[in-house]
Amino acid sequence: MNHQRILAVAKREWREIYRDRLFLSLAFVFPITMMLAFAYGLSLDVEDIPIAVLDQDRSELSREYIHRFTDSRYFNFLGYLNHPDEIDELLTTQRIRAAIVIPDHFQSNLQEGRPAPVQHLLDGTFTTRARTTKGYMIAITRAFEKDVVINFLSQRLGVSPQQVTEQLAPIKVQVRYLYNQAVESSQSLPPRLIVLVLLVASPFLTVVGIVREKENGSIYNMYASDTSREEYLIGKLMPYASIAAINALLLWAIAVWVFQAPFKGSAVLFISATLLYVLCTTVIGLVISVFVRTQVAGVLITAILTIVGGMLYSGVLTPVSMLSEDNQLVCHLLPAMYYTEIVDGVFLRNVGLAVLWPNLVVLAAYTVLLLIVGYAKFTKRPKT
Amino acid sequence: MTFHIWLQRLRVMTRKELLHLGRDTALLLFIIYGFTIDVYMAGAGFPFELRNAPFVLLDNDRSEFSRELAGNFQPPLFQLVADVTVPEMSQNLLDRGKALAELEIPPDFYESLRTGRQTEVRMNISATDNVPALLFTSYAEQIISNYGFETVGMHHNGLSESGITTLPVVDDQLRIWFNANLEDSWFMALVELFTIISILSIMLPAAAFVREKEKGTIEQLRVSPLSPVLIIVPKILAMTMVIIGGTFVSIFFVIQPLFDMPLSGNMPLFFLVTAFYVFSTAGIGIAAASIVRTQGQVAMLVILLIMPMLLLSGSWTPPEAMPDIVRICIIALPLYHYFEAGLGIIFRDAGLGQIWPSILGLSIIGALAFQFGLWRVQR
Repeated sequence: MNHQRILAVAKREWREIYRDRLFLSLAFVFPITMMLAFAYGLSLDVEDIPIAVLDQDRSELSREYIHRFTDSRYFNFLGYLNHPDEIDELLTTQRIRAAIVIPDHFQSNLQEGRPAPVQHLLDGTFTTRARTTKGYMIAITRAFEKDVVINFLSQRLGVSPQQVTEQLAPIKVQVRYLYNQAVESSQSLPPRLIVLVLLVASPFLTVVGIVREKENGSIYNMYASDTSREEYLIGKLMPYASIAAINALLLWAIAVWVFQAPFKGSAVLFISATLLYVLCTTVIGLVISVFVRTQVAGVLITAILTIVGGMLYSGVLTPVSMLSEDNQLVCHLLPAMYYTEIVDGVFLRNVGLAVLWPNLVVLAAYTVLLLIVGYAKFTKRPKT
Repeated sequence: MTFHIWLQRLRVMTRKELLHLGRDTALLLFIIYGFTIDVYMAGAGFPFELRNAPFVLLDNDRSEFSRELAGNFQPPLFQLVADVTVPEMSQNLLDRGKALAELEIPPDFYESLRTGRQTEVRMNISATDNVPALLFTSYAEQIISNYGFETVGMHHNGLSESGITTLPVVDDQLRIWFNANLEDSWFMALVELFTIISILSIMLPAAAFVREKEKGTIEQLRVSPLSPVLIIVPKILAMTMVIIGGTFVSIFFVIQPLFDMPLSGNMPLFFLVTAFYVFSTAGIGIAAASIVRTQGQVAMLVILLIMPMLLLSGSWTPPEAMPDIVRICIIALPLYHYFEAGLGIIFRDAGLGQIWPSILGLSIIGALAFQFGLWRVQR
């Protein structure tokens, strides 16, 4: 390998990028815009669920029950309804996601020790959210019910509520959340977006850079020159990997300074993992470009692979542990998940190389494998 | 007569675009993959439930009761990965992400329950992903309180002999609308289909258009007797045909048979709205293509447009959970309207009466984008 030739290829490539001011600025504008838009606009928390109530009992207890919902940060109480038909309309037009119907005799049933029916209505369109909402509604109802039962029993049995509590709920549960005390996605999401944004942004640069030459035919200059395949590929990748690395730095800065993401772990570990990941994503572009002939195909394939891979199989938006076994396998076959674990590790968990070294090995192996595939399939003697 | 010629030109130009597409094997294979395998995998692989959630048990009591309680944490929801004796070991497993939670039972667990004293079980839950963390909490709390109430509270303390037959419980009957069994596969497969439709409809026409600019073949079209409309529309028409065909295959040969999704809604209306959506999104692609010179530029610009559209249109975060400014901005995203209308038709059996605002939104966005594209081509 001749260093001068590599540098010459890199310099030529850089000049081409640099002279295309629009492309150059978009290469930086894109990741930054994505980071800001998603960290600000995306929320994986299920909170402020719009809810309405049809209270046919209008009693003290029914109001107390509703208060449990209105006081909760999970629900956004939109008001009382007068007629059952309103629920239908509000749910269909998606103005509310949930509704509660409290029939007559709610209070009298409870006071006399009988079960009191209530109806919970839920919009099932967003299945994950509906499931979480269902959980909240059940939890609030159980808590309310517990207090009612305790009051009832203590009156009937003539013992103190404290004693009844001890008998009915002998085991208390104390929950402590680790790594993200508030359990809010605003803590975990901004750093993870680095994974997603780099995965989508970096391969495009390489694909466009290489396939453009194939399509325009200027690659024949290289086919006919002394430059070897590896010199050409390394030179070609250098400017794009550098742009991606600068982007990674910018994204990190935004996550930490704009969105106040906690950075607890080792900076050296994070930087080396990020450089590996940046290289890996850039090389993904290389592999795609050796398989396509046109930029249209290259760009589209990159878009589908990286966007779908980033949204579904990276662990950024969908926790890997909740997927089916097949799809967990897909996650393990793709590089993004390993980097997501590193990002979680250094930002939230504060774990170091001792725990994360296998992820680094996988990322490195992945990059090398992709480089070999790209190198093997890249040929100076293309079939027509 | 003139209209006849116009139609013929439209047909010839559309055919040209279809030929272009058909001869790019890699591209064609990927379009087929997107509408079939990709949609299937998204639908089949994302039932968002807690599954075999790994937990560590730190049982300081090692009694009959503590074993009984821990034994209630069973697959498919939970999976015991380690039974440890010191907190450091469970902390280590949590740090390494090998366990989602730790269940800690105090040393006097048995003694307290037997003598009727309250006791406290501790859970340390890893919250790097908030959905599994919250689900774990709610399922675990249910299990523990049921165990306490039924096994210990009732039997060991003789509450059942007090003569009280019914308790004032709140009997909450749940009714879930639109997707009664919460089938994740329906929602995820549709969202994935919408994603594929969006990527293709914004990217294909834009790239096809810039390719002509870059190669200079657009000059040939300019000097031909084709009006700007006839340069732009066939590109979009060809892609719309391909995408509608793909959507048809995806819905009737993948989603419906493989996930048993009932298609009770008005499907012709759904395809009409889809065509409408593809047309306006393609218009945005063409508008973007009209301001750039190279395919590299258009790729970056289009990806800049499509990513926010995919993530902020309501599939990952419903509008009501977004900050107000973002909520206003997303009205400009065509996918937001398509999402409302498309899911409305399929899940909520909505008709034209309910979805007209979405169609109006799509029309306005499409019309503006087209006007811009035409204006640029004319220059």
